[in-house]
Amino acid sequence: MIGLATAFVAQVLRISVPYALAATGGAFSERGGVINIGLEGIILAGAFGTAAGTLATGSPWLGVLFGVGAGILIAALHAAITVGAKADQILSGLALNLLVLGGTRGLLRLLYDSSSNSPRFEGFAPLAYVARFTGDAAVPGGAAATGPGAPFEGLLLLVGHPLFLLGAGGIILAQVLLFGTGFGLSLRAAGDGPRALDGAGISVSRVRAAGVLLSGVFGGAAGAWLALEQHMFTDGMSGGRGYIALAAMIVGKWRPLAGATACLLFGAAEALQMRVPSGVIPTQFLQMLPYVVTILALAGWIGRSTAPARLGEPYDREEGR
Amino acid sequence: MVRGGRVSGWATGWATGWRTGWVACAAVFLVIGVLTGGGCTKKEAAKGDTYPVGLVFDVGGIGDKSFNDAAYAGLLRARDQLGIRFEYFEPGEGTDREAALRLLASGSSKIILGVGFLFTDDIETVAREYPEKLFACVDYTWTEGKQVPANLVGLKFREEEGSFLVGAIAGLVSQSGTVGFVGGMDIPLIHKFEAGYHAGVLSVRPDAKVIISYAGVTGDAFKNPAKGKELALAQIDAGADVIFHASGSTGLGVFEAVRARNKLAIGVDSDQSAVAPDHCLTSMVKQVDVAVFDAISRARDGTFAGGILSEGLKEGGVDYVFNEGNARWITPPIRARVEALRKEIVEGRVTVSSGR
Repeated sequence: MIGLATAFVAQVLRISVPYALAATGGAFSERGGVINIGLEGIILAGAFGTAAGTLATGSPWLGVLFGVGAGILIAALHAAITVGAKADQILSGLALNLLVLGGTRGLLRLLYDSSSNSPRFEGFAPLAYVARFTGDAAVPGGAAATGPGAPFEGLLLLVGHPLFLLGAGGIILAQVLLFGTGFGLSLRAAGDGPRALDGAGISVSRVRAAGVLLSGVFGGAAGAWLALEQHMFTDGMSGGRGYIALAAMIVGKWRPLAGATACLLFGAAEALQMRVPSGVIPTQFLQMLPYVVTILALAGWIGRSTAPARLGEPYDREEGR
Repeated sequence: MVRGGRVSGWATGWATGWRTGWVACAAVFLVIGVLTGGGCTKKEAAKGDTYPVGLVFDVGGIGDKSFNDAAYAGLLRARDQLGIRFEYFEPGEGTDREAALRLLASGSSKIILGVGFLFTDDIETVAREYPEKLFACVDYTWTEGKQVPANLVGLKFREEEGSFLVGAIAGLVSQSGTVGFVGGMDIPLIHKFEAGYHAGVLSVRPDAKVIISYAGVTGDAFKNPAKGKELALAQIDAGADVIFHASGSTGLGVFEAVRARNKLAIGVDSDQSAVAPDHCLTSMVKQVDVAVFDAISRARDGTFAGGILSEGLKEGGVDYVFNEGNARWITPPIRARVEALRKEIVEGRVTVSSGR
């Protein structure tokens, strides 16, 4: 019984990690006033970069670095188009999503001669202490867990996952960065009242671009998680997670920790649906849930969710809005 | 260019200023360039008087190590053995299937094949527009009372029969008495796999528990391995030790889950043992290559007949994989039991329901 409960909690956490990381990325971009529909593409690019990097270097650490780099690259394009050229932010995001979908597909065929998936790679080995608690089960393909920690295997494996620890730490750090530092203040000003920021002698463009690039870091990390969990890249593996992350970000009122909490809620709903017999809860209903909750949040029925005041508006010094 | 024009019109609707519109159009054109670069077309050089064949692949195209590659193998075999020449399209994401079919139909191709159930409506439309050409659709969706054009053959597989046999294998190999099924998109085509599998498990083990999960209700459900992995892990937590998937690349996640927890999975469409050699019990294979080859062969011979062509265990259209790799699980008594079931189905003494 306790084993089932911990397995459930571990599953909720595993499902929520990519949502929460991407939602944090979204918060950075949108707090600065730049809508980032392109998160979906950033996640996909991050997943591809991680797989390609790990396969090329043999090191999952370098793979994650490649993945984050790929995320930053797509975010940089978004920043150039929206902050640099002041083009429509939604359109840029949509275009980038398509670009990454087509681009990764092309690279997949070019590098690995497949239109569906990359070769498999091992990824991170769980930290040694996990195996000590659970017996051999922590080793993939090993015998059933026998040690005293066996019922907690799923959770222990998560705690032993470097990217889980980095991600959780990163989200806390993001909260501090946004609400406890001068840069965070500038970023929020860029989204709420860019003119004041400009008046204080700080470049709105630079601050906004930094916010978008940070969304690339977190979105890329979300993709890295997907690729590492799967031990490969598969075509279109982001699977709409960027949009769910945006929904969670709105429900969390553009705050990383609250957004991550919303992700846990969405993750719990998803895990619950997996564990109740099919037919009890219609699949369609649970797939709607994140969006329904988001609409309720926007309508003001679940607390008040107000977007940054200048979200979606390019800042023009001449007009001085 | 038609497509570019349509998209830019839509784009300017979104954009606010002329400059924004221009940048946006440039971006959209760039993207379309990339997409059409991914979805490409190819022609095989003609050698003398050869029979021209056109084929449009499903999403994924050549290199998917499954459905499309099987169709391609049939095409190559037809080239080598029947002396045909062919032309093919690999459409990217989106709705250009109909355009690709029409392009081939208006060219020299005498028979045009569409690979995948998504072609059903488009190929009917195009077949009616080009009555002098022949058409074939793999995994054609036929509903009661629908009139199939005389120049179109819908190639169907009785997946429920192959699924019945792998279900029996799962029921016999399982130690826990609980087995799982992971479907991709929740649609009638996948329900056939589910229904056959479920019936197969119960036929050899009436007290067995079958856990059934679907990855989603959109096309994305066929390419969400992370979801597939979590679904399979949840089934394993509930006691399942053998899991059959019919879910495209979502199933790669199912293999990942059984690998991590030392259980067994059953592959689909083609032999998937290479994905996880020590954890692939068997695969429910569909002979898409044979169906494609036969359709071309009949068209060339002049024996082509429109309508529905359904292939099951009897015709060799579906089967399960048995070789030295999985003989460690499928022991002689299990093999004998399953072959007896096959005989009953082939002889018509047992019919497998295709719906739940």
